[in-house]
Amino acid sequence: MAEAAAEPTSSRAWHEIVLQTLKKNDIRLVPYVPDRVLTTLIKNIHADPFFTTFPTAREEEAVGIVSGAWMGGMRGAVLMQTSGFATLPNALASLALPYQIPLIMFVSERGTLGEFNYGQSLVCRTMRPVLDSLAMEHHTMTRLDELEFTVDRSIKQAIATQAPVALILSPLLTGGKVFTA
Amino acid sequence: MNHAPTAPTRNTKVMDRFDLTKRLVARLKNEEAVIGGIGNTNFDLWTAGHRPQNFYMLGSMGLAFPIALGAALAQPSRHIFALEGDGSLLMQLGCLATIASLAPKNLTMIVMDNGIYQITGAQPTPAATVSDIVAIATGAGLTQSTWAADEDDFERLIDNALTNDGPNFIAVRIDDKPGAGTTDRDPVQIRQRFMLGLGVRKQI
Ligand SMILES: Cc1ncc(C[n+]2csc(CCOP(=O)(O)OP(=O)(O)O)c2C)c(N)n1
Repeated sequence: MAEAAAEPTSSRAWHEIVLQTLKKNDIRLVPYVPDRVLTTLIKNIHADPFFTTFPTAREEEAVGIVSGAWMGGMRGAVLMQTSGFATLPNALASLALPYQIPLIMFVSERGTLGEFNYGQSLVCRTMRPVLDSLAMEHHTMTRLDELEFTVDRSIKQAIATQAPVALILSPLLTGGKVFTA
Repeated sequence: MNHAPTAPTRNTKVMDRFDLTKRLVARLKNEEAVIGGIGNTNFDLWTAGHRPQNFYMLGSMGLAFPIALGAALAQPSRHIFALEGDGSLLMQLGCLATIASLAPKNLTMIVMDNGIYQITGAQPTPAATVSDIVAIATGAGLTQSTWAADEDDFERLIDNALTNDGPNFIAVRIDDKPGAGTTDRDPVQIRQRFMLGLGVRKQI
C-alpha cells in the first residue's frame, strides 16, 4: 500500500488511523453517542473542519441522520459503544438493510477483556449474534497493523455493495476502559 | 390515585391529515424533499401523488425527522419537509434537541397530532391529554414552533417555511381517520427513486 509506506502505520495511534481513513473515503458526517474510549477520536474529529460532527440523543437517531444524508449524497459514519449498538436492531432491520443503505458503524467494545460492569458484559454478548442474525458484515479490529486495511476496505465494500458494516474497536486495539481491581 | 387528566383547552381546529398533506404538496414548486414517517403519514404522502423527491419510511418508527435532518445537511440548498405522527415523535423526542442545536435553515418538521396510535388500533398515546407537542419542541430549543390554527394558517406557515430561515416546527391537530391509501412497499425502489429525485443518482 503506497499510502502506508508514506506514513508508517506503526507511528500513528488507532484513532488517527480511523480519522484519516474516514477522510480518505470522503466520510464527512459523523454523529455519535460518546464512549470513554472514543474521547480522543471525537475531540479530533470536532477539531477538523472537514467533518460535520455532533452528539445525538440516541444511536438510532444517528442511524437515521446518516441514512438521510447518504440518500442526499453525503457520506457518514456513526460512533457508539456496545450498549448503543444494542439499541439498534429495529433501525437496522427496518431501515438500513431493506433500503440498502451503506451504514458505517464504529462500535467501541465494552463488556469483554477486563469488563467490571456485569450489565455491560451481558449487553456485549448480544452484539455479534444480532449482527450474524441479520447476516451483516462485521469485523473486530484488534491489531494496529491491520486497522487501516480493514477500515478502508470495509468502507469501500459497504458503499460498493450498498450494505451496512459494523467495525468493532476491540480493547486489544484501544486499550479499552481500565479499572483496578 | 390516578385521576383522568382533563384535556387542555385548545383553539386549534381538528383537521384531516390527507387534506393537509395535499395542501403541502401543492405548494412545493422547487423539488423540495418530503420524508413520510411510519404508517399514515407516508400513506397519505403516497396517496397525495408520488413525487420523485418523496421518501416513504416503512419501519424505523420515530426516524422521519432524523432522516430529514441528514438530507437537509447533505443538501443545504434544497428545502426538506418531514411528516411525523405524534406517537412516532414521542419515541424520538431527543432528535428535537439535536435539530435545534444544528439549526438547519432548510428543514421543516410537521407533526400530525391525533393523540393516538391510530394505525395500531387507536390507543391514546401517553401524551394525549397532558402534553403539548409545540411546548416540547420549543423547550427543546426549536424557537420557531407553532400550532396551525386551521387550514389557511397551515398554508401560511408552509409558505413562511419556504421563504424564512428554519428550522420550522408545525403541529396540526387531526382527527382519527386512517391513511387514505397504502404506499407500494418496495424499499429499494423507494430509496433509489428518492436518490434520483434528489439528483444524487442518474437514471441508467
Ligand atoms: C419501535 C416500534 N414500536 C411499535 C411499533 C408499532 N407501531 C407501528 S405504527 C405505530 C403507531 C404510530 O403512531 P403515530 O406516529 O402517532 O401515527 P398514527 O398511527 O396515529 O397516524 C406503532 C405503535 C413499531 N412499528 N415500532
